[in-house]
Amino acid sequence: MSRNQSQKLPLFEIFVRSKRGLDHKHVGSLHAEDHEMALQHARDVYTRRSEGVSIWVVKSSDIVASQEGDEDAFYDPMDDKPYRHATFYEVPDEVKHM
Amino acid sequence: MPQDNPTAPMDDREPVFQARIDRDEKIEPKDWMPEKYRRTMIRQISQHAHSEVIGMQPEGNWITRAPSLRRKAVLLAKVQDEAGHGLYLYSAAETLGATREDMIADLQSGKAKYSSIFNYPTLTWADIGAIGWLVDGAAIMNQVMLCRTSYGPYARGMVRICKEESFHQRQGYEIMLTLSRGSDQQKAMAQDALNRYWWPSLMMFGPRDDDSPNTQQSMKWRIKRQTNDELRQRFVDQTVPQAEYLGLTVPDPDLHWNKEREHYDFGEIDWDEFWQVVKGNGPCNRQRIAHHVAAHEEGEWVREAALAYQARKASAEEAA
Amino acid sequence: MAASTHPIFEYALALGDDALVLGQRIAEWCSNGPYLEEDIALSNVALDYIGRARMLLSYAGEAEGQGRNEDQLAFTRDCRDFRNLLIYELPRGDFGFTMARQLAVDAFEVPFFEALTRSSDRTLAGIAGKALKESRYHLRHSSGWVIRLGAGTDESHRRMQDGLDQVWGYTPELFQMDAAEAALAESGVAVDRAELRQQWESTLDEVLKQATLGRPADDWQIDGGRRGVHTEHLGHLLSELQFMQRAYPGLEW
Repeated sequence: MSRNQSQKLPLFEIFVRSKRGLDHKHVGSLHAEDHEMALQHARDVYTRRSEGVSIWVVKSSDIVASQEGDEDAFYDPMDDKPYRHATFYEVPDEVKHM
Repeated sequence: MPQDNPTAPMDDREPVFQARIDRDEKIEPKDWMPEKYRRTMIRQISQHAHSEVIGMQPEGNWITRAPSLRRKAVLLAKVQDEAGHGLYLYSAAETLGATREDMIADLQSGKAKYSSIFNYPTLTWADIGAIGWLVDGAAIMNQVMLCRTSYGPYARGMVRICKEESFHQRQGYEIMLTLSRGSDQQKAMAQDALNRYWWPSLMMFGPRDDDSPNTQQSMKWRIKRQTNDELRQRFVDQTVPQAEYLGLTVPDPDLHWNKEREHYDFGEIDWDEFWQVVKGNGPCNRQRIAHHVAAHEEGEWVREAALAYQARKASAEEAA
Repeated sequence: MAASTHPIFEYALALGDDALVLGQRIAEWCSNGPYLEEDIALSNVALDYIGRARMLLSYAGEAEGQGRNEDQLAFTRDCRDFRNLLIYELPRGDFGFTMARQLAVDAFEVPFFEALTRSSDRTLAGIAGKALKESRYHLRHSSGWVIRLGAGTDESHRRMQDGLDQVWGYTPELFQMDAAEAALAESGVAVDRAELRQQWESTLDEVLKQATLGRPADDWQIDGGRRGVHTEHLGHLLSELQFMQRAYPGLEW
């Protein structure tokens, strides 16, 4: 598994604006080969629960913002996955600590 | 970034570091930290990441066979979350100077460990319920504590993970509830899953405090905020009534409520089994690593192609 | 064989089966992706298809009016009663094949669901609106990969071209219409598939050009999915998909 430095997928820092009116917030990082893939991966990794309306990916000193026109295709498909939220499941009142 | 000098007997920055921890302030990536703290953090975070990633396999084993389309979507979403959580954690470890490649190499060589629970097989659909209920239940207990851990990126990753995992345990319990209200065959399936997963779940909290030499240092650095035995006791206390509600029997003849302690007393874990699994001799250790290696190797040409394409594009842009 | 001949049932069932078997195939990538980020991306695609299958099969069950729900339709029909096109059921293959199939399907589904949003059937139009957003994203994902792999290394170019060659003969079926579907298209419910061919070809040509890949010759074609004449692979997919309902018939899980 020894791979030299030049063969590694570069690391990108990810910033997500959770809703209009708020700042982009750093949420973590991920590996991608370029900015486009970093954006797509960020969408899949950091906004699985519709947490974002805009994503920035930053590689070293570069900053790239996602296109506003992407919003529908980026985020709406996550709106119909309520089973990712705890309130989707029925747990009887007698059962505590869950 | 100032680095710890291993030849210095005692760095005078250490008291400042400890004082910050004692004030419950977070340590951030660029702060000075003792080399041992850095190494401990990398080890713990990367092993946590590996647990999420290897944990995809036993549950992933049932995605294509889930009994309804709703269950299939839920299970796939859950396993995908685990991949995401592994990624958050690798990302946190990378702030300490570790690389994803090195961490994966350590996982595949056996140098780095992951939670022993994922070395048990998922044989029936009920095992998916038991894992969500028990394994995620135990993991959440540990992770809630880690939301307050002293290393900032780890703590923040944990907050995100805990928020997302709230559905994981519930979906598992919901499966168990459905089975326990179902046919005799389904009830038996649920009981069998509890029988096989109960003890390995208790093992998830790690060795007894007496046998856990790192606990004291970890408590002092506030990496851990509670000991293994404290967390294990709390898990038993809250899980036993949940099992009773399901009408299932916890497979421990020594289990009973201790009125004076106001806790459940419970039997002794089979520590030989625990250490065997940790050493790599559990039912599925070899299978799990082989699966990870196979996927990683099969992905090699894809990763190489992505880099080659990117390099070509960059040089074309430079030439233009 | 299905006794029902309700045209909306047949149409929703066919589209639902397309989504179901491809969702099952893509889900097989979970924990097998080339790296963690891409593993997560593929699971999202699979989740989109499973969600789509649930809506379409539920609607098929309603249209049929015999009380069959999404699960009964998914888990209790045998191979001959499945209506999906063959391209959707082919095994996942390597990452190159998965992306070749996905490009072919995504480039078709974007204009298809765009057209279906104008269906006179409001339920289908609503499902199409949601599917369209998903497919636009899928197309962005698959076309990006086809370009990267095509123009990446010698090995990735070879694998990508192989993937395209293998899937090519299954693409003409995307544009076929039987008499029932043609009648539904006539009445404004279904989409005229033949009309989408040009847009599909221009999307593919553009991607293949950037990917430095050759468009395979149109010298073979296999079809039969809508008539229930499938590849041998479907039976194995179903034996896994339907295992629980077959081993424990009629239980709630």
